[in-house]
Amino acid sequence: MLTALLTLGILAALIGLILGYAAIRFRVESDPIVDQIDALLPQTQCGQCTFPGCRPYAEAIAAGEADINQCPPGGESTIQALADLLGRDPKPLNPEHGAHAEKSVAIIHEELCIGCTLCIQACPVDAILGAPKQMHTVIAAECTGCKLCVAPCPVECIDMVPVLQTTGNWIWPLPVVDSLVPGAGKLAGGAHG
Amino acid sequence: MNPGSDTTPVREDIIDPRDQLHRFHGGLVLPGHREAVASRPVQAAGIPPRLVLPLKQHIGEAAECLVRPGDRVSKGQMIAAPRGAISMPVHASSSGTVIAVEARPVPHPSGLMAPCIVIETDGRDEWGQASAPLADYREVPVGRLLERIRESGIVGLGGAGFPTQVKLAHRSPDGIDLLVINGVECEPYICCDDRLMRERTGEVLEGVRILQHILKPRHCIIAIEDHMPEAEAAMRAAVGAAAAGNLRVVRVPEIYPTGGERQLIKVLTGREVPSQGFPADIGIICQNVGTAAAVYQAVVHNRPLVSRLVTVTGAGVREPRNLELLLGTSFRHAVETCGGYSSEVDRLLMGGPMMGFAVTTDEVPVIKTTNCILAVTREEMPPSGDLLPCIRCGKCTAVCPADLLPQQLYWHARSGNLDAAQDYNLFDCIECGCCATVCPSHIPLVQYYRHAKAEIWTQEKQKKAADIARRRHEARIARLERVRQERSGRLAERKKSLSGPADQATDAKQAVIQAALERVRKKKEEAGQAPKNMDNLTPEQERLIREIDARRSQKDPPTEH
Repeated sequence: MLTALLTLGILAALIGLILGYAAIRFRVESDPIVDQIDALLPQTQCGQCTFPGCRPYAEAIAAGEADINQCPPGGESTIQALADLLGRDPKPLNPEHGAHAEKSVAIIHEELCIGCTLCIQACPVDAILGAPKQMHTVIAAECTGCKLCVAPCPVECIDMVPVLQTTGNWIWPLPVVDSLVPGAGKLAGGAHG
Repeated sequence: MNPGSDTTPVREDIIDPRDQLHRFHGGLVLPGHREAVASRPVQAAGIPPRLVLPLKQHIGEAAECLVRPGDRVSKGQMIAAPRGAISMPVHASSSGTVIAVEARPVPHPSGLMAPCIVIETDGRDEWGQASAPLADYREVPVGRLLERIRESGIVGLGGAGFPTQVKLAHRSPDGIDLLVINGVECEPYICCDDRLMRERTGEVLEGVRILQHILKPRHCIIAIEDHMPEAEAAMRAAVGAAAAGNLRVVRVPEIYPTGGERQLIKVLTGREVPSQGFPADIGIICQNVGTAAAVYQAVVHNRPLVSRLVTVTGAGVREPRNLELLLGTSFRHAVETCGGYSSEVDRLLMGGPMMGFAVTTDEVPVIKTTNCILAVTREEMPPSGDLLPCIRCGKCTAVCPADLLPQQLYWHARSGNLDAAQDYNLFDCIECGCCATVCPSHIPLVQYYRHAKAEIWTQEKQKKAADIARRRHEARIARLERVRQERSGRLAERKKSLSGPADQATDAKQAVIQAALERVRKKKEEAGQAPKNMDNLTPEQERLIREIDARRSQKDPPTEH
């Protein structure tokens, strides 16, 4: 009886030590689910989800404080990806946060710019270059299209222009044949399922 | 002489000494449609009034324009410089004046316009000042030769347009076992490589020698399809006459797509290039015969790539033939040189009937990858029949030369299940079109694969952009936080120095005040002002002051008081 208690007691203490050590040694720095959610978000940092950036939104989703349909730049595909990751049902984009639009890029009309730096302070990814009383310009390659620079501009010299299609970003369209032969697509899909 | 045999240990030889060939999976025997065209000699198409040179004629980054409208350019002058590692320069293909640098229609499946340099030719076709030709390429370091090939703007002329020097610089750790010179036409109708080998045998062979010198392969094979006996005879004669050592000509059977790099390697060696790898990974490098001839022109004559052989053919052309066309010549000029369109012409394609794509206008220019201009009639290439559901017959799988499962790829590509498509090795698809050709349901399979590939690339690009945006955002937040802390730190310091009854600070301040008072006092004394401490003096002191004042007034004239 005593031996058994002793053995179990020692074992418990030993395992407790090992677990305690492992908790320190293999500690995970941040919540991995937040990282996973953050990786699916478009990183536009536009704040349309009501959170100040994509990561805070990811944290809020992870904590159950925000829904997965609050990201207009991500649109349906992001909602779908989040639903897959979190094992939830996808739902349509919440219109309160805005509508999904194709990516656009900010352009500063340089002849109108007065060099006030307000847009530079607004840009979440430091994609605007300029100095006080000097003309500002947008680094197009770094612009996420968040539109946060548009409102602060006192002379309304910033426009959002859609990204043009070029031979570089063109993608082969899917054949449009499914619609030509009624029922063809359905049949094919059925065969697959 | 075999350069490899004395330095490396004996190992399984990569090729069968008796030229025992192998077979790749699938493939199709297609009607050639070449005979009439291949029997006619190459004709130079002359200098068109305008040349339109796109800044991107290859795989990789577009070149950077070096000229402005109004500039005079000479033939062979570099007018656009490479930008990045996988990028190639563009040269003026004839002398004349740049009249525009603007977006023009280019041969691209999208039908979109792209930046081009437009040259109005002067008809003199004058070469510019070229640097001295390399006296003997064998004396020149390999790096310099690769540099010359890059400067000359040479890309794979077989059709893909991959920068040649990049391919030549990609080495396997064990060196190169085999250099394959691809003289296999990639598709039906096309026969420009056939004419090239017949008419410019020497150039091709010299180019092969240069490539051999650069790569030092243990073996070199010039592969020629069995429908071009004249080309084979010419190459054999030249190789035999030159006592070529480890260089051989091998005849391969005509099965589409033997011209594909991976398929040709399989036929010659029985080896397979690893999935998503390069031939160099298994010690093999493949170069087109046209590329070899261009390398010869670049290295020996210092001539950049300004023209190429193009097969202009199809029942939609009156006199189909092979033309030597300056890069930038419009398709229309090429067709007009061949007697113009016949009345039944239906569509104009760049490339062959299997992998080519339709162009929307014949204003598009010939670029480095234009191996064929194909004008077809409706009768020749009827529109595919009504699309029917996939019946899972498996014919596509039987003909796939990459040994893939086209059906599975189709389902996944169609439903947007891109991860699954990649699991089925979507990126090993060479888009040869065999599957779509045999499909009894007329499903345009290749287009689904192209769409899926492009979609995956786009998503990867977006992912990269998102990662950069995330890093920049995090960096910004960190910077703002640092600035805030620095500012609050400074504020705290200042507050402390103002309010705290710290002795040191007070003492220092007192000392400063004392010093200032002292200075003021001294200044006033120097100005001769009366001291203010003359009240309540004793009679004795008053007497002394009077005595002193009297003494002073005797020496100097009295001051104002």
